[in-house]
Order: sequence, then structure tokens, then C-alpha cells
Amino acid sequence: MCLMTDQSSAGMIVFDNSGPTNACWSCGDMRAAHFCTSCGKVQPPAPVDHFTFFGLPRKLDLDVARLERDFYDLSRKLHPDLYGTANSREQEWSLEQTSKLNDAYRTLKDPIARTQYLLRLEGVELEEQSKAATEKARSTGEIKRQVVPPDLLEDVFELNMQLEELRMQKKMGEDDPALTEEIGEQKLSLEAKQDALLRELTGYWKDWDNAAESDEASRIKVRDKMVDLLNRRNYIRNLVRDVNEVLED
Amino acid sequence: MSSDRIVGIDLGTTNSLVAFMQGDTPVVIPGDDGLNLVPSVVALDEHDQIVVGNSARKYLIETPERSVYSIKRLMGRGLEDIQEELRLFPFQLADDLEPGEVLRIKLGRKTFTPPEISAFILRQLKRNAERFFNAPVTKAVITVPAYFNDAQRQATKDAGRISGLEVLRLVNEPTAASLAYGLDKKKNGIVAVYDLGGGTFDVSILRLHDGIFEVISTNGDTHLGGDDIDNILIHIALDDIRGDMGMDVSRNGEAVARIRKAVIETKIALSTQATAHLDVELPEGKRYQREITRTQFEQLIQPIIDRTAGPCKQALKDAGLKPEQIDEVVLVGGSTRIPRVRALVEEMFKHAPHTGLNPDEVVALGAAVQANILAGGSEATADMLLLDVTPLSLGIEVAGGVTDKIILRNSTIPASATQHYTTQVDGQVNVAIHVLQGERELAKDCRSLARFDLKGVPPMTAGMPRIEVKFLIDANGILHVSAREQRSGKEAEIQVQPSYGLTDDQVESMILDSFDYAEEDFRQRQVIEARNEADTILAALEKGRQSPAWGQLTSAEKKQIAKLETALLQVRGEDDYAAVRKAIDTLNQATMRLAELMMDNAVSTALTGKTMDEADMGDGPTAPHPVAKAEFK
Repeated sequence: MCLMTDQSSAGMIVFDNSGPTNACWSCGDMRAAHFCTSCGKVQPPAPVDHFTFFGLPRKLDLDVARLERDFYDLSRKLHPDLYGTANSREQEWSLEQTSKLNDAYRTLKDPIARTQYLLRLEGVELEEQSKAATEKARSTGEIKRQVVPPDLLEDVFELNMQLEELRMQKKMGEDDPALTEEIGEQKLSLEAKQDALLRELTGYWKDWDNAAESDEASRIKVRDKMVDLLNRRNYIRNLVRDVNEVLED
Repeated sequence: MSSDRIVGIDLGTTNSLVAFMQGDTPVVIPGDDGLNLVPSVVALDEHDQIVVGNSARKYLIETPERSVYSIKRLMGRGLEDIQEELRLFPFQLADDLEPGEVLRIKLGRKTFTPPEISAFILRQLKRNAERFFNAPVTKAVITVPAYFNDAQRQATKDAGRISGLEVLRLVNEPTAASLAYGLDKKKNGIVAVYDLGGGTFDVSILRLHDGIFEVISTNGDTHLGGDDIDNILIHIALDDIRGDMGMDVSRNGEAVARIRKAVIETKIALSTQATAHLDVELPEGKRYQREITRTQFEQLIQPIIDRTAGPCKQALKDAGLKPEQIDEVVLVGGSTRIPRVRALVEEMFKHAPHTGLNPDEVVALGAAVQANILAGGSEATADMLLLDVTPLSLGIEVAGGVTDKIILRNSTIPASATQHYTTQVDGQVNVAIHVLQGERELAKDCRSLARFDLKGVPPMTAGMPRIEVKFLIDANGILHVSAREQRSGKEAEIQVQPSYGLTDDQVESMILDSFDYAEEDFRQRQVIEARNEADTILAALEKGRQSPAWGQLTSAEKKQIAKLETALLQVRGEDDYAAVRKAIDTLNQATMRLAELMMDNAVSTALTGKTMDEADMGDGPTAPHPVAKAEFK
């Protein structure tokens, strides 16, 4: 679906195609994407991606303040609370439109979720780093596509040993403040790494957004760089989660 | 006013309330006893009639086996997750309860599911509102603890349906409270709502900006509240009685109910006094008496109120906020009157809590505000919009018994997620999906919501079908599932096996049953009213016999009256309204002349200088003779 964004009027996201979806079901006038600009009625949801829902180009370096403003503006027009006395069809549309709005906003406002989402739209399958995937792989005997970033290999090995030791100690009811402290420090340094990786990732956003119009080769180069950063960051995130689990146990 | 007036209802563990928006202000609608709070107590009286609220409270002590309180603790729960409740509360489960069946509670010889018992409370609130408006009330917003899971929400919605109310929205209690709090302020900032009620604890952190009430995070414990404090005190009393007096009254329902009543009074007193006196009458004319100081009380309840700290910390963490960033803390729920609780809140949030709201009423008032918004809004609510979140993550069981989370907790609702499934075996036509709710990694540690069977998948080679399943959490926090096989475009049939809860058919049949109850209610009330009327006329007749007027009647008249009196006495005890009514009317007719003669005598006595009182009109046969009554106003 083609789309035109009117930058001057926030929240006014208008489809510019002349297909049958162009007219408001209720008053027949020209309509915006989600509600009618004439009579204000909610429109049936269209199967669009999160960027399109907000009338945004598929770019990573987006104006989060504007996204937030549009989110509240659209909420005030689409939310099911406003359709409490409407007919069941409008209630249904309002529910679906608002769930799409919330899902899109949640994904786009978060830098990591936004990058992952866009890469998936571009056909990139990110490695499954989740614990669920680990367990799934374990139970099905499949090889899990999880690669330890080589520069982390040594640290991770060391940390896992310490975690195992602490787990054992906790099981025995023992307490080793020195070990706990050491793991706590490792956690802090992992978190710092996580932040650094995010900064590095956002550094590539502009490259990606510009590369979108340029040649295939440079696109692939930026894409692969971002995929690598995401995987490393997710890996560290999971490590931090494991550490937290042991520490809070 | 429009006929589809929407009321706001706080269906609480201990008390329930109904409120509505009067102009710009939400107000609570009182019951016919003039009280705003309807205790969430349901009992069967001696005529096997359902009694609710204040009038049901006496049955907790008189006939504990025919009454129930704190039913909210059992809403949407299965037998295996209420073992703790069964140990601490006098819930009597039906004897023939099958595993996996929805719980049924015994009241006398009858059994009811928790939604049916809640529906009795809702029906009472509905009646209160109808009497207040003098018009039918059929639509409501009902509040639920923010931390209620899908099954508990569904059970609450079922209760609404059974009571004859269309539940337009379930609103989270702390969020409702924030609506009442923010209604007239229109100010921006971060607000934490700390809601410690009779049986549930919630904490929500909201951002208020330009009329939008946006929940950032929520957490809680659906089994933590004033009830738990009561239970600690009850157990101490029982131990004392066993130790000091050598009596074990723990199995004596009446004694336990008396102790419960007394400890609640003590608990309440200790919020304003340094010491309180516990005094309970026990069987065999014994008495249990004890002084409790506030310090002792605070030591006893510390472990319970400490349990609220974890959820508060988690809510702050999930919101990404430090306590210093909270602008105001709002207290909700009766248990927040306890000074030690307030102290804990102050420690947690580094803020003296806002105590300007009535913690018992604020949730119902907020529900009324939300009802007003849903009805189209008014000047007071024009810019208000509530953005709430789902308290628990939604997940799917994947291979290895692991939970794959698809909608994370604190996601703004409505929220949705789409999953794709395929088949493992050639020609497979069914796919089973296990939906879970909770934060744990393993499926067995999460709450099982439902098992879905996708049926009628077109037979294909294994792995070929691409079944798209859409999970949608609506604005009530309730899950909806739809599925489509994408290669054939076929809508899959979904068979839902709710893990806990009533099927639609069960709810329908309960709605029908409830009509019977409503009719039964009405019929019984008629009989009772007629019986009272009979007593009045019989008493009046007795008075008439003593008066000089009696001598002025002919003997035939006296004979006829005596005959009809006997007839009325005979049918009076029966449950036949028509017969009682007829007997009253005929006796009434026959005593008409007696009443007139008494009246004449009274008037002439008055004229001769005696006062009315001296003339001893008494009550006279006034009730059945309204004209006569009017004369003496």
C-alpha cells in the first residue's frame, strides 16, 4: 500500500492511493489511514507494517518525540473507550486498530526492537538467542544457532564457572561474599558493554537509512554489521539475565 | 436521563460499592440501609433465601455453614491453587466436586460457583442503583485487581452476566483510583497507586499528562490483604484459647466467626489507638480476653506488609524509575489505614502518601468516571483517556515444556501477537496450542490459561501448513484467539478448553437459574410482606376486641370476624401468597365497620376533652385502612 505523509499535521496519516479503501465507509469522504478526516469515524484496519501504520518511512533514525505525540493523538481517536456506545463493527475495528497502534508504538519506540523489526522486514532472520530457543534446541536435539562472540569467549567461560560455583554454594546454604561481589562487578561491566553496543548500533542507523537508496553491496555491509551487534548484545543480555537469576535466587 | 445509564462497581473482597457520575462528580449510591459499603457477604436465611451485605453479616456468626465471605479469593481459581485458602478460610467446598471442575461452594444444602456468589453481590448493587434511579440498570463497569489473571477476569465478567449486567469494561482497581484522584486536578506527573485491600494487593505506576492516564507498570499479589492480617490474629487467639483455657474451638464455626469479628474490630481500633481490648464470648459461657498493643500488632503483621515491598520494587524497576521520581503516592484499600503500612509506603517511595481520598470508595468512584467516559463522556471527563497495561506476560508452550513469551507484561492494551504454527506429521489435521500466563521460564510454573485445538487443518505434508494464530488481549485484559491456515486461507476452528472457568453454556444456564432466583426472590418477598401485613391486622383486631366499639357489633358480625381470623391464622404460615392475600382482604373487609366505630368513638372522645393519647387509639386497625390513618396525621 502506498502512503503519503503530511509532516505538517501530526497524527494525520493519510493513504494517497485511490483504491476502494480511500473513502470513509460512513460518510464517503476522503479518509485518513485509521479514521475519517471528515466525520472522525474509525476505519477498518489495513494490513500494514508498523512504520506504515505511523505514516513513517522505513528508517531507523526516527523522531521519537514525534512518534510519541502521534501515538497519543491516535490513541485519542482510536481507543475502544471512545467507542463504548458505537456499533459492534466499529468497536471491533477500534479494538484492532488500537492493538496495532500499541504494538507498533511499543516496537518502534525501543531502539533494539525497532532495529530487529526492520531487519526482519528486510528478510533477515536473527539468531534465536532466547532461553526458549536454547531449551527447544536441547529437547529436540537441533543445533542452536548461537555463537559466542569470540572476543567474549574467555570472559564468558570464566563467568559461567563462577555462576556454577555460586549456584552450588547457594544450594548448600553457603555464602561467599567475595564471589558474589566479583560476579556483581562482572555484571556491571557486562551492562556497560551492553550500553556501548547499543551506542555502536545507533551509530549505524544513519548509514543504513542512507544506504537504503544506494547500492546493494553497502546495504548488505551495514546490515551485517547491525546483525552482528544485535547478536552480541542479545548474548550479553542473556548473560546478565542468568547472572541476575543466580544473584536473586 | 438516558435509559442506558452505566454504573461503576467495585466488587471487593470485603466490601462492594456502586457509584455513578452525578454531573461532574462521581458519587456512591447507598443501599436501603443508608450505607455506602455493601459487605461482600452472602448467606442463605432460614427460608433458604439469598441475603447479601449488612443483613447477611449476622449469619456469619449464627449460621456459618450457610454463609460465605471473601469469595473473590476463589474467583477464576482451581482446586489445586486454593489449598492455602482452604486452610485459612471457612470455605466449604461441595462434596461432589470433581477435579478440574469449577469450584462450587456449599451454602446449606445448595452449592454455588464463585461467579454465582459474586453475582448475588452484584445483583444487590444493581438493585440499590435501580432503587436510587427508579429505573432499570443493565450496564456496568466493574473493577478488578490489576494483577488479576485472565481466568480471574473472565470469572468476574461471568459474574456480571449472571447478575444481569452487561459488563462494558473491566478496569484495574489502582487505575480506577487514579481516575478519581486525577479527575479534578488535571495535573501532570508520575503517580504511584498502592492498593492494599481485603484480599489483594496491587501497585501501579502511572504517568498523568494532559488528561491521559497512562499506566507504565503494575505489579501485585492477588492473595495478600487485610484477610491475611485477620487470619494471623485469629490463629493467635485460637492458640491462646487452646493453651490458656484448654479449649479447641478451631472447628467451631460460630466461635471462629466471633473471634474473626472481634479481631477485625481490634485491628481497626489499633489504627487510631495505642492499645485495644479483644473480648470474645466463647461456648460454655467462657470468655477470651486480651490486650494487644500497637507495637505487638505491628510486629505480628510486619511479615505480611513486607510482602508488598517486592511488587513495589519490581513496578519501579519495570517503569525504569527511582522512588525520587514519583510525584505522589495514592493510598487505596482499607488496609492502608494501618499506620505501619503508611510508614512502609513512605519508606518505599520516599514520600509521605497522599491521604486525601477515602480509601474505601475511591475505586468505585473511579469506576464511575470510566463508566462516564464509555458512555460518551461529559465536560468533566472530556479529555480523559485511560491507557492500561497487561499485568502478566502471555506465553505459548513450546517444545521442552518451555514458555515462549509473545506479549510481555506491562504492554499497553489492547495488545496483540501473531504466531505461526505448522504440523509435525503428514496429514495432521489438528494442532494443539497451550496458552500460558506468567513470568517464569517453564510452562509448568506459569498459569495455564487454556488449551486450544486448531481443528480442520487441511491435510498436507508435515511442515507445509502455515497456521497463523493471532492472540489479542482486549481493553479488559482478556485474551482472544483467532487462527487461519494461510495456504488454504481457511479459518481454523478453535476449540477452547479453559483451564479454569465456566464455559459459555454454563454461564447461560446460570443466567437462567438466576432468573429463577429473581422470581423466587420476588415471590418470597411478597409472602413475607403479606405475612407481616397479616400480623398487623391480627394485632389490630386484638386491640379492637378490647375497645368499646367491639360491643357495638352484632353477634353475626363478631362470629364472621372470628371465622375469618381463624382462616387467616391457618394460611399465614404457608408459602402461598395468594391465599394469605385473600384471607387478609376478606378479614379486612369484615372489620371495616369495627374500624369505623372505633374511629367515631375516638373522635367523640376527643370532642369531650380527652386527648388522643388518653383515648388510646393505639395503632388501631390502621394499616389496612389508609383513609382512617390519614385523618389522624
